[in-house]
This record gives sequence, C-alpha cells and structure tokens, in this order.
Amino acid sequence: MINISTRNRILIALVCVLGLLYAAPNFFAKDTFSNWPSWLPGQQINLGLDLQGGSHLLLEVDTNTVIAERLSGVEDSVRRLLRSAKIKYKGLGVRNLAVVFSTRDPSLTENVETKLAEEFKASTLDQFGSPTREVYVEAAGDGSFSLTLTEEAVSARIDSTVAQSIEIIRRRIDETGTREPTIQRQGKERILVQLPGVDDPERIKKLLGKTAKLNFHMVDEVNSQSASLRGSVPPGSMLVPSEDAGPSGQPENVLVRKRVQVGGDRLVDAQATFQDNQPVVSFRFDTVGGRKFANTTKGNVGKRLAIVLDKKVISAPRVNEPILGGSGIISGSFTVQEAQDLALLLRAGALPAPITILEERTVGPGLGQDSIDAGQIASIIGLIFVLIYMILSYGIFGVMANIALFFNIALILALLSALQATLTLPGIAGIVLTIGMAVDANVLVFERIREETANGRTPISSVDSGYRRAITTIIDANLTTLIAAVLLFAFGSGPIKGFAVTLSIGILTSMFTAIMVTRLLIVLWLRRVRPIKLPI
Amino acid sequence: MKLLKLVPANTAFDFVGKRLLAFVMSGFLILASLGLFFTQGLNLGIDFLGGILIEIKTDGPADLGALRTKLGNLNLGDVTLQEFGAPNDVLIRVQKQDGGDSGQQAAIDAVKNALGDVVVEYRRTEFVGPTVGAELREAATWAVLMAIGAILMYVWFRFEWQFGVGAVIALVHDVITTIGLFSLIQLEFNLATVAAVLTIAGYSINDTVVVYDRVRENMRRYKKMPMAELLNNSLNQTLSRTTMTSVTTLLALVALYIFGGEVIRGFSIALIWGVIIGTYSSIWLAVPFLLYVRPRRGGEESEGEYSKAKAL
Repeated sequence: MINISTRNRILIALVCVLGLLYAAPNFFAKDTFSNWPSWLPGQQINLGLDLQGGSHLLLEVDTNTVIAERLSGVEDSVRRLLRSAKIKYKGLGVRNLAVVFSTRDPSLTENVETKLAEEFKASTLDQFGSPTREVYVEAAGDGSFSLTLTEEAVSARIDSTVAQSIEIIRRRIDETGTREPTIQRQGKERILVQLPGVDDPERIKKLLGKTAKLNFHMVDEVNSQSASLRGSVPPGSMLVPSEDAGPSGQPENVLVRKRVQVGGDRLVDAQATFQDNQPVVSFRFDTVGGRKFANTTKGNVGKRLAIVLDKKVISAPRVNEPILGGSGIISGSFTVQEAQDLALLLRAGALPAPITILEERTVGPGLGQDSIDAGQIASIIGLIFVLIYMILSYGIFGVMANIALFFNIALILALLSALQATLTLPGIAGIVLTIGMAVDANVLVFERIREETANGRTPISSVDSGYRRAITTIIDANLTTLIAAVLLFAFGSGPIKGFAVTLSIGILTSMFTAIMVTRLLIVLWLRRVRPIKLPI
Repeated sequence: MKLLKLVPANTAFDFVGKRLLAFVMSGFLILASLGLFFTQGLNLGIDFLGGILIEIKTDGPADLGALRTKLGNLNLGDVTLQEFGAPNDVLIRVQKQDGGDSGQQAAIDAVKNALGDVVVEYRRTEFVGPTVGAELREAATWAVLMAIGAILMYVWFRFEWQFGVGAVIALVHDVITTIGLFSLIQLEFNLATVAAVLTIAGYSINDTVVVYDRVRENMRRYKKMPMAELLNNSLNQTLSRTTMTSVTTLLALVALYIFGGEVIRGFSIALIWGVIIGTYSSIWLAVPFLLYVRPRRGGEESEGEYSKAKAL
C-alpha cells in the first residue's frame, strides 16, 4: 500500500487538478469566466428553485373528459348508423366507459354487428404503420351490444392530449415572458412546470387553469328563457351562465343554441385593445373561420350572438350588420389585465382538456438568497470545526487529511458542475454532512496506524498494514451509506433528490480522497522525512 | 505537540457485560416511541397531509393576533401561524381544503387577498394536493422499508446472516426512536425528515459495519477466545474511531443547525439525534446481540451450512 506507481501518482494529481479546474467557475461571477479561454470548464452549479427562487408546479391533465368526449362521439356515430339503417334500438348510452345499446329485434344482431364492424374498422395507423382498431365491438347474442375503446386507442388519445397540453402550456408561458421555463411530461397524465425567477406565480396559475375554449353560439330568442329556467330546456338549446353577475347579483343564465357557429380554433390572432375607452379583445379568423363568421352574421342581422368561453357567456351582443372581414371585437367588463390575458389565451389556443394543479412550491428570491448564504456559512464553519479538530487529534496526519478534505470539497463542486446536477438546500446540507463524514475514512486508517504502531511495527510497516486493513472496512461502510443515498434518489422528489445527489457524490469522492490523496501525501512525507517514530 | 485523544489508548470497558442495562433502556425508548406515535402521533407536514404553507415577510414585527383573526374569518378550517426565525417572518399553515385537488387554489387566493398590504414579500408558497400527499406518504414509507431491506441484504452478503439481523435491529431501533423524538417534541415531520431518517439509517449502519468488520477479523484471528471477551475487545479497539467520527460529524451538523437557517433546522435536529443514537446502538445493541446468535467462527462447519448442503 505504500508503493504507488508513478503512473498512479500522476493520475491522482490529474484528478485533483481537474477537480480544481471544474470547481473554479463557482467562485467567480458569471461574466468573469465567460472571458476565459474556451478550453477551460465554464459551467457553474445549477441551483435548484429553492435556492435561486422560482416556482414548481405539478399539473394533471384531466384525460377522463377527453375519453368521455370520444365515447359520446362513438355514441353519436352508432345513433346515426342505426337511424340510417332504420334499425330500432333501446337503451343507447355510455355506461362504465362503454357505449351500450340493444336492438329491439334480436335476430338483427348479426346484421348490426357487420355494420358496426364496417363503421369502426381499423383505420388509424400505429407507430409502426400497421392499422389499429380504435373501437372494440362486443355482441352478447341477445341483441345487446357494448362498444369500448381499445387500450391502445385510449393510451394514444391520452398521449396526444398530454402532448398537446404541453404545447399549449408552453405557448401560454412563453407569452408571459418567463425566462427558461422547464415544461416536461411526468408519468402518464402529469406535467411538471418549473419557472425559475417567478416569485408570484398567481397570474401564470390563472392562465394555466383556464381551458380557454371559445365558441360563438346564437342566442335562442324563440323559446322562453324563463320557462327554461324552470327546467324545460328545449332540445337543441342549452342554458349557459354569464360571466358577470346580473342585476340580481347572481350570474344570469342565457339560453343559447347548442350548435357552434364558429369555434375559437379558427382564430389566427387576438390582441387587447381599447374601444370607447374600454379594454376589449380584437380577434381575427382564418379564411374558413372568416367565411363561417360572415355567413353567420349575414343570416342573423338583428339577432344576438353569444360569445362563450369555457361554458360561460362573456357577452351576447346584437349583430347590427354582417361582419365580412373575418375579424371582430369581444367586449365585456374587462380590466386591462383581463383583456390582455384573454387575448393571450386565445392566441395560445385552447387546452384539449382541463388541468388541475396538484402541487405547488414557490420560493421567493429573498428566501433563496438567504438559504444560499446560510448554507455557505454553515459549510464554512462546519469545515473549520472539522479542520481544527483533525489537526488537534492527528497532528501532521490531520493536516494531510485536511488537504484531502479540501480536494474532496473541490471534487464535489466539480462533479456537481460537470454533471450539471441541481444543488438544492438539502443538497447543501448533504455537503455539510459529507464534510463531517468524509474524514471517517481517514480516521479509520489513522486509528489503525496508531494500533499497528502501538504493536511495535516500524512507521512504514504501520502505514502499510493500516491502509491494507482499513480498506475493506472503508468500502463496506461507505457502500451501505451509498445504498441509502441511492434509494433516496429513487424515491425522493425535488430538493430531496438534490440531497441524495450530493450525498452520493460526497461518498464517492471522500473514498477517493481518503484512500488515494491522503495515502499519496503520507507516502511522500514518509519518503522525505523518514521518521523513526510516527507522530500519531 | 500533544495530540488530543478523547478516548485513551487502551480502554477495556466491559460493554457486553452491561448489555442488559442497554437492552432495558432501548426497550424503554422503543416502547415510549411507539406509545407516543400511537397516542400523540406525528406533526405531519403538508407534504404528507396535503394543505397550504405560506411564509411571508411583514413590513414590521408581525401582529400574529390580528393576522390570525383576519385569516380565521376566511372559513378555511384549521389555520396556524407561527413566527419563523425572525419577528417579521411568519409561517402560515392552512389545512387541506374540501373539494379535491381543484378546491385548494381558491384557498391560496383567499389567503393572499386577506393578507394584502402587510406582506412585503412572499418568501415561500407551498401547496400539496391530497393526491400528491397520499403518493408522497406511500413513496416515503417504501423508501424507508426498501433502504432497511437493501442494507440487510448487503450486510448478509458481506458477512453472515447473524450480522445482518444485528445491524437491522440497531437500524430499526434508530428509526423508531427518531420517529419517537419527532412525536415527543412535535417537530414537523415532512419529506426532508424522511431524507434525514434514511441518512440516519445509512450512518447507523456505517458505524455498525465498522465494528462488525473488527469482530469478524478477531473471530478469524482468535478462534478460542470467549465470544463476550472478543466482542468487548473489538468494541474497545474501535472505540476511538467511533468517537472520533461521531464528533467530526456532530461538529459539522451543529454548524448546520446553528447557521443553516430556519428551513432546515428540523432536518439538522433529526441528523444530530441520528448520529448520537446510531453510535449508541452500534455499540450497545448491534454487537452484544451477536452473543445470542453466535456467528460461525472461521474454519468451523456450522449446522446451518451443513443442512443446506444436504438439502441440495
């Protein structure tokens, strides 16, 4: 153990130098080292949101609504098919994620089955280009049918819904001017949004919470609204609450036609602007949307057109003249901010499904900086305590362990920078803990050397067998701690993962520095001083 | 220079002889911890319960009474306020709201509106919905159980099963008493605490493994030495190292506790306790336990190995 080949000496020194180089950028301001030659490492440690301040949001896409929508689409197709074939049926509806019905005449089962098979034949292509079936048709034989979405179809639909949601969320967040947001899918139906530097995410949360589905419906002025309010809503119409409170202080219900005249998916632009000193939102349709809008307004001059956003009527202005240019204005009782947000939402597009916020962790920049400062002070003071104590206990050997500890910290910082791992507040705690535990490997060796010396061995032989005997213990002891750290990483979330990362890195680097660096120092010292008795 | 030695060179404490005292004490600690856990319970944080936590900085020393009345009027259920590190720093906790995951955001809005202009800075806003809370609770439990299992496997693989069982007894003792401590002083038990518990598990096992290594080495070297004497020797030989490492780790942790800031204070307390109890349990539980299970001494053929070989 006391013969270290020249090659190994160079390797050890090289690792230490690289450690210093990679750790160095963290001790300078960002613009200082950006002028350094490009071959020098120039990456600083990535600070977690709890240190740099920012907002972490975990969102869930309500994919159930998408599946339910699709099922009711299947129900519609079945109804159309049966009607056009003049087949009598009963009990058509969606139950337990299946469209069920039964024919009045059980002898028609086979006929209906063929028709359904034709209607829902494998039409979509999967990722390998082979056709997949979306709807699975099951006939019980007594004339009753059950149609379910296949597993592949459901998961494909969920995938595309989540992917589309991410796209819309990204557009909305980009529009707010947030720098470097991270938006990624997590698990099946969740989306993780990280917004560095955002300390009051209320506006963004409001923007994300809105589906922003915009539709234009005609107001039903033929049927009596008051009769509908008592419960008899005519078919083809529906009651939609208004966004603003009416004279009674409660939102009023507006009776509108179910048919969508034009949808918000046809919008190409929306901007907040002013009309008669009121904030309004101006919008422009694409060609198809513009034509639909023109036809609608042409045929309904003098009637009211309801603008419905997320199942609420924003306003229902009367059509004074045909609007042929494909653009228009939404007025309501908006504040400037509300008009801007609505315009933003319309530009970014509607979410395919509603979103709920499952978890939020926001740290203001003040607390983040305080945590960094506190972490730094704690690390430095902890380090000083340990350095002094090691020298008091082991003298010159303590000094050598301290030099190794210094390189150990440099290596931790270097690895964190090079791997671009995220440093969190618990991560700093991990470094402080590592400072305390890192000397353990050295302590094990030194205590062993003491014992060997007490047994009457020569200095060289004591050091040799001290290392030889302590090494298995060091590996056993550190690997068990590493197991706990790896599990922390696997199960922990966010900041805790950061703790596991620094702890694991710390365990590995401390094994290296204790076994390699301290040993090299001791060997060099032994060769130079050739002590008769070890001062330990 | 005279070197500092907390433990003199040749100690000969009779650890194993006094084991019953330690067993009684540990038994008491475990029973008390379990008793506290089942009667008083843990002060679970929002990570596990779900709910809202908001830390604010106010424009002057906060008037907790006035704030409490203001927030109490919002009908959000249980709202607690506490000074957090400084007189103008307040931590507000709001219990989980009815209405599933979507019901919670309205409560954050309501609190922020009610606080209004006393707030200079929102230092922290954390909200955990009921779904995530339940998931985190499950994941945390699994992490602790898996860690204990994995460590048992490792020690079993590297030593003999007797050592594995001894290590895990010490480990479980440390975990249970840490939970007991949190129940006793009603310190918030959150995700960071679980991380601390897992680290304690790692530290405790680290300490145990070092002593076990020496026991194994001595068992190979002194085949005829009575087990009690051998265990005592092993403990005394490693006592200096055990103390030394505990002290350096404690030094670093005390610095973290004093200077590391309010947010990780609970975490530091858990770790400090863990280092103390982990050191105690390696010496007083893990090693004396070996006296009862008698691991195989090098060279001897054990009963267990023999019957296993026959079964194959």
